[in-house]
Amino acid sequence: MATHVVIAGGGTAGSIIANLLARGLHREIQNGEVIIKVIDKEEKHMYQPALLYVVFDRFREDEMFKDMRDLLNPSIIFIHDEIEEFDFNANVVRTKSGKNVEYDYLVIATGSNPRADLIEGLNEHGDIFYTLEGAKKLREKLRKFEGGRVVVSVAAPHKCPVAPLEITFMLDEYFRAKGIRDKVELHYTYPIGRVHALEAVANWAVPEFEKRDIKYETLFNMEKVEGKDGSGVIHSMEGFEKEFDLLIAIPPHKGTDALINSGIQDGWVPTDRHLLKAEGHENVYVCGDTTNLPISKAGSTAHFEADVVAENLIAEIKEGHPARDYDGKVMCFIETGFSSATYVWFNYTTPPDPVPPSKMIHWLKLGYNRVYWLTARGIL
Amino acid sequence: MSENVVVVDARGSFCPGPLMELISKIKSVPVGTEIHVLSTDKGSAKDIPAWIKKVGHEYLGTEEKEGYWVIKVKKTK
Ligand SMILES: Cc1cc2nc3c(=O)[nH]c(=O)nc-3n(C[C@H](O)[C@H](O)[C@H](O)COP(=O)(O)OP(=O)(O)OC[C@H]3O[C@@H](n4cnc5c(N)ncnc54)[C@H](O)[C@@H]3O)c2cc1C
Repeated sequence: MATHVVIAGGGTAGSIIANLLARGLHREIQNGEVIIKVIDKEEKHMYQPALLYVVFDRFREDEMFKDMRDLLNPSIIFIHDEIEEFDFNANVVRTKSGKNVEYDYLVIATGSNPRADLIEGLNEHGDIFYTLEGAKKLREKLRKFEGGRVVVSVAAPHKCPVAPLEITFMLDEYFRAKGIRDKVELHYTYPIGRVHALEAVANWAVPEFEKRDIKYETLFNMEKVEGKDGSGVIHSMEGFEKEFDLLIAIPPHKGTDALINSGIQDGWVPTDRHLLKAEGHENVYVCGDTTNLPISKAGSTAHFEADVVAENLIAEIKEGHPARDYDGKVMCFIETGFSSATYVWFNYTTPPDPVPPSKMIHWLKLGYNRVYWLTARGIL
Repeated sequence: MSENVVVVDARGSFCPGPLMELISKIKSVPVGTEIHVLSTDKGSAKDIPAWIKKVGHEYLGTEEKEGYWVIKVKKTK
């Protein structure tokens, strides 16, 4: 009997794992001893970090998608379907079209989703660039924007911890280049007591804000948004109000509904921080945004975790035991405008320490935006 | 402990986890409820009292236990 490995989600984590398994187990797959399946509700894989650049007209839509089937090694079976339920007792994934996909090993890599619907009025009056449709809508608004108050308001938890800071710095530079910075008041709000969850990043960002005349408020949690003709007001849970002419919001995130419907609170799967297995399920690995680990929900996290999961699955299938631990490694570039960037790296035991921004790091990030497809193919 | 105490065990979760867990819990309990947040995160031990004061709930103090903090709040509105 063949060993069935099912990977739920063909995003960053899922595609890397699938492609690494296809290489590491190619003999077993050829002999029919191992079968690898990837299930995704989308037929195209989107490079999400490009959304930030779409907002400023610096990335074309057709460059940010690749066909899942082209991205995955031909020995992998791709199933285009939406997962509705995970039955961890029966070792089955149930899909919308009625398929029951059985597994010996399951990898959950279904990512996370912005949930503007959790804040009253946010969908109607806020701009959310975490989807292609939202990024394009914001791009059109910015083209026409002539001045007023722009508020970047962040809720938690959310993916890409640095995107809110990046868009704020880029907006500052965008309005300067357009010659209207003096007509724009730029505000940033954050839910906890400093401007970023990572203390070192917060300490670095505050003087940057002050230098660029970006106003910031901490301990600000959006509760309700009211608006009329594009302008409006955010009511915070803390009892304060903030008016805006353009609200760019990063809504709170949750995991996929399929997990929530399978009894996993908020869709964050309780995960062993070193082995990356779902707690209580020896044959289920979890990778990327959908873990409940207290680390950044970022593509680089998904990438470093995926290397560990793939290696462990290969070792388990070939030798009967996992081979190594994940150390919590995360690495994020931070764009500080359109011509400079910094980066942070950290793990479970080493806190981040941003380096001074430079052109070189910005070019590295731009280069990585193109090289990403090698990562998804499990090559880099 | 009085009868109306709800415990939010956020131990092992890092900033902003414990504060976010308190925020979602406080929305769901009636006025007058006392909530105890258990947290191993130093930043949250500072952030949570600051948030409570900003919102205007009653901060009842922080107790340091072995390896974690118990931050106490009463929902007042
Ligand atoms: C604007 C923006 C900028 C970002 N910038 C950066 C950056 O600079 N650096 C960085 O490291 N990260 C960045 N990220 C974050 C990064 O994109 C994510 O953290 C990463 O994609 C997570 O990988 P994942 O595999 O966990 O999830 P995803 O890549 O989101 O993949 C999840 C997959 O699962 C599928 N799926 C979900 N639910 C179901 C279901 N029920 N049935 C079937 N299929 C399902 C989805 O269709 C998707 O293909 C950014 C994100 C955004 C939105």
